[in-house]
Amino acid sequence: MSTAPVLELRGIDKSFGPVQVLHDVAFSVYPGEVTALVGDNGAGKSTLVKCIGGIHPFDSGEYYFEGKQVSVGGPRDAAALGVEIVYQDLALCDNLDIVQNMFLGRERKRGLVLDEDTMEEMAAKTLVGLSVRTVKSLRQHVSSLSGGQRQTVAIAKAVLWNSKVVILDEPTAALGVAQTAQVLELVRRLADKGLAVVLISHNMNDVFAVSDRIAALYLGRMAAQVKTSDVTHSQIVELITAGRSGELGLQNGKEATA
Amino acid sequence: MTTTTAPEEKAVAPSAGLNKQVRDYVERVRGGELGALPAVIGLIVLCTVFAILSPVFLSPVNFANLFTQGAGVTVIAMGLVFVLLLGEIDLSAGFASGVCAAFLGVLLTNEGWPWYAAVAAAMLVGVVIGLIIGWLVAKLGIPSFVVTLAAFLAFQGVVLILLDEGTNISIRDSVILAIANENMYPWLGWALVVVGVVAYAGLQLLNNRRRAGRGLVTDPLSLIAVRVGALAVASGFAVWVLNLERSRNPGVISLTGVPVVVPIILVLLLVWTFVLRRTRFGRHIYAVGGNAEAARRAGINVDRIKISAFVICSFMASVGGIIAASRANSVDPNTGGSNVLLFAVGAAVIGGTSLFGGKGRALDAILGGAVVAVVINGMGLMGYSSSVKYVVTGAVLLLAAGVDALSRKRASASGRR
Repeated sequence: MSTAPVLELRGIDKSFGPVQVLHDVAFSVYPGEVTALVGDNGAGKSTLVKCIGGIHPFDSGEYYFEGKQVSVGGPRDAAALGVEIVYQDLALCDNLDIVQNMFLGRERKRGLVLDEDTMEEMAAKTLVGLSVRTVKSLRQHVSSLSGGQRQTVAIAKAVLWNSKVVILDEPTAALGVAQTAQVLELVRRLADKGLAVVLISHNMNDVFAVSDRIAALYLGRMAAQVKTSDVTHSQIVELITAGRSGELGLQNGKEATA
Repeated sequence: MTTTTAPEEKAVAPSAGLNKQVRDYVERVRGGELGALPAVIGLIVLCTVFAILSPVFLSPVNFANLFTQGAGVTVIAMGLVFVLLLGEIDLSAGFASGVCAAFLGVLLTNEGWPWYAAVAAAMLVGVVIGLIIGWLVAKLGIPSFVVTLAAFLAFQGVVLILLDEGTNISIRDSVILAIANENMYPWLGWALVVVGVVAYAGLQLLNNRRRAGRGLVTDPLSLIAVRVGALAVASGFAVWVLNLERSRNPGVISLTGVPVVVPIILVLLLVWTFVLRRTRFGRHIYAVGGNAEAARRAGINVDRIKISAFVICSFMASVGGIIAASRANSVDPNTGGSNVLLFAVGAAVIGGTSLFGGKGRALDAILGGAVVAVVINGMGLMGYSSSVKYVVTGAVLLLAAGVDALSRKRASASGRR
């Protein structure tokens, strides 16, 4: 495990009108690790992710990528850094096939014409690299895929671009037991390949199954960022619901160092 | 995948036999992906019925008539496919073609412009109409149904203004008249068949070889042979019939050959098929039609795609208007009016383009256009009154939309949507 975070946020504040959603949030993501981002509904998980992805500009705070301070003004800036977000609703086109979806918006061309062969090769290579063998054909429409397979395609789409940070927004929320296991295995594999993975989840079993670190948000504040091995299931639940758990968490509204 | 990975590491098997392809096709149809099937079956049934009821239907004269009768609607339908692919509708396409035809007539006959300048001006009018409609839909966010319904009404008035409250402008330019009234030399028809079939076979084989060289999935040779064979037989038969003598008095005037409008439609088909299947722009059209939000997140400029689709639609409407003017030898307030639009939408939908967006091909317009042409032509031969024709046309459009909706339902039930 390397010690320097690939992506680091410091003192992020974000308000929507009169509502302050994020208060002085610090968040670090390390390469080769799965960082679980947990928190109750409305704790600010999605907002934080959208700030990282450049969809919402934050009001104040610092954004460091690979140790250098950067400014992310839009989704394209984030993508250029190597930050990819897989949204809960997947953002796949049902009427396109797997290869077409993976390259959507970034198609390879040979002159005027789409370079289907190269795209198919790269897609196949990426899926093989992720040890995905469940799809019948790369040319089948996404509409004919199962929920787990769709999630796989969405994740493969995110890692196709040599991305360094992949953020997964509740990837297992709509999946069955077997498919959840498949996707979690894939998440673990991504981290083992050296990527920094952020996993947003409500499911404590999933979080403890794959994550190396857990970051708990409570009412827009970072309650704690801890190593998964240092905490128990119930401590995390307390952090999520009350913002503190014994020595851990927010003390009188201030963040304690974990 | 190159030599770096072992064969068992491949995500998919590299070969698929003809049997498997046929089974896959049956599977797809059962799952609600009907494709061209309804149009082809409809065409066979209609032709059989009309052939039995009216002996004239199968005569070479009538066969040639089918092409010139269906050409205008087919071309407009091909443009509509782009708009329908986005899940939008253009109700003004019929009268847009009328406006463009009126511009053509006025410039050609009244102003004495050369044919190429008048044609270019008519096409430019089409592009401008598409720009305005597309801008209103994409940027202002007015539903396309409302924008084009308003345009549908307004364009009727524009045609009347251009034609001085409804006078008929006759077209006398020989080049414009040739589009829908002249035929090609018989040998040129055969040359087209040979070139087309050889080029098609060559492209398929070349594509296969390139893919095989990279270890990708290839179509079996038998399937390619079937496709090329089908194209050769169909086009060969059509050209053979069209090259038969159609004149009642061959001694006085000979009437043979493929109508000039056929190669024009084929070129349009090739161009738009290429755009839709091989270019980034075409891929983005499908993406926006399938899931506009996903397309937006992928960095695709959804507004630009929408506007271009409406521009293409109105441009094709202008071409349809030119063909209609040529066929009628004149432009009148009814050019592009009455049921031209319904026929065009019907043609696209019958051919397999979905009204819900995301599914459709340029070829659909030709297949559906053929069905529509056979219906109009057959009913004309049977001597039905226009009241019956309207009812039947409405029924056919409803039937096509019903098939579309049912196949979509079926597809979602079988997990294909």
